[in-house]
Amino acid sequence: MSNPPTTTQQAAEPAIRVQDLAKSYKELHVLRGVSFEVARGGIFALLGSNGAGKTTVVRILATLLKADAGTARVHGFDVATRPADVRESISLTGQFAAVDEILSGRENLILVARLRHLPEPGKIADGLLRRFSLTEAGGRRVATYSGGMRRRLDIAMSMIGNPPVIFLDEPTTGLDPQARIEVWQAVKELAGGGTTVLLTTQYLEEAEQLADRIAILHEGRIIVDGTLAELRRLLPPAQVEYVEKQPSLEDVFFAVVGRTGPDGSAHDLLTTSNEQ
Amino acid sequence: MATNFLGDTAVLTGRTMRHVTRSFDTIITTAVTPIAIMVMFVYVFGGAIDTGSVKYVSYMLPGVLLITIASGISYTAFRLFTDLKSGIFERFQSMPIARSGVLWGHVLTSLVANAISLVLVIGVALLIGFRSSADLLAWLGVAGILLLFTLALTWLAVIPGLTASSIEGASAFSYPLIFLPFISSAFVPTQTMPGPVRAFAEHQPVTSIVDTIRNLFTGQPVGNGVWTALAWCVGILVVAYAFAVSAYRRKIS
Repeated sequence: MSNPPTTTQQAAEPAIRVQDLAKSYKELHVLRGVSFEVARGGIFALLGSNGAGKTTVVRILATLLKADAGTARVHGFDVATRPADVRESISLTGQFAAVDEILSGRENLILVARLRHLPEPGKIADGLLRRFSLTEAGGRRVATYSGGMRRRLDIAMSMIGNPPVIFLDEPTTGLDPQARIEVWQAVKELAGGGTTVLLTTQYLEEAEQLADRIAILHEGRIIVDGTLAELRRLLPPAQVEYVEKQPSLEDVFFAVVGRTGPDGSAHDLLTTSNEQ
Repeated sequence: MATNFLGDTAVLTGRTMRHVTRSFDTIITTAVTPIAIMVMFVYVFGGAIDTGSVKYVSYMLPGVLLITIASGISYTAFRLFTDLKSGIFERFQSMPIARSGVLWGHVLTSLVANAISLVLVIGVALLIGFRSSADLLAWLGVAGILLLFTLALTWLAVIPGLTASSIEGASAFSYPLIFLPFISSAFVPTQTMPGPVRAFAEHQPVTSIVDTIRNLFTGQPVGNGVWTALAWCVGILVVAYAFAVSAYRRKIS
């Protein structure tokens, strides 16, 4: 029920196939012929600055908006002609964490499980709360959550029913560094289970950290599309220079607040030397 | 699909009902203004208004009930607007559910929340001397008309809830509705009003609805007025529903 039957034809298709997608709002041409493909499994990042049209692409793929021209297929289903099948196959996590503030975290998860007609929604909720380290906060209203907790809950809600494709629209915009790392770990968790993740972001570092493939959307078109290594080859080969390694502000931040950095290493050197 | 619709609507109604029960102040605020109006009219102006053999509190209660509904439905617009702004509306629309269940959840919640407010207001009216000779059938008639009026105004509230660009805009539409009973037979018999005002008062929806409820409360025959009242309610319902659904279609493209 949660996973629509996969035919052999679907299995051969990429998870997402977008061809010549166009969308305008009156005079404003947001998308001018966007084409890309996302293979099954792994994380695909759609990178672009504010207003590049990333959210418009996601809204069309999530059947919330109709394209003016072009085609888009998700999990083998055309978004225009088979929207109900597309909705069976996806989950959307919005730019502004779409969680219910008045309900508790647990109630949010149960709500989504019920709407996906899954048995034992309470058990599903408890499992996800544990997985995303929200068990203690599970009974509290979401209004009391921090930004990071809210996004984690949001991502947990997207996983209910194991949809094969998940859209994460700017999952870390507006988060502090600690919360951003929490979300990154949640996204890695998600992709580890074989789900295809389409991530939009305006942070280069985020794409670098998470994505297997990266496409850059600029002025309504995809201008580059490839793995990080392929994108690096677009530039002249790296020159070797000797530079004194200064701690980045991020290193300092994590050392001072006593948490671990994005690579998981503890930055306790700085604190020890300060104490002496 | 039909079972999905009922099941999904029930789940989504449960969600919005929690919003109501967890901010019970919205029900209190809905009831407080009409109760204040009622108390003020009964103890301040009521003595000077001649309503014949009917006690003033019994005379004006139907109008106060309509004011209660008019202020109650603004919370429906508010809740719907908040769902749209927060992004949870889009989350629901991107899920494999009966999509219109999201709207119906809000509508059913509005009916329940307004019913609670109406019971509170009638309770206070009983405390300050409202008595009715209505039998069970007449009470059912009153409940039916109030329910139909709530349903009609709720669909009206869905329109600004879906289309407003600010929270103020989403709830401001209810102010004229709250004042409509004052230019009707709700508080003062229309005979004392000057010509044009009287003509307006006697031909606007509130007067026929108020007169029908008053007749039911006092055990009088409802006459043809009940058909006018029902026609207004159904008319508003049909027009509001059509506009609400078209606004909704534009929202989900």
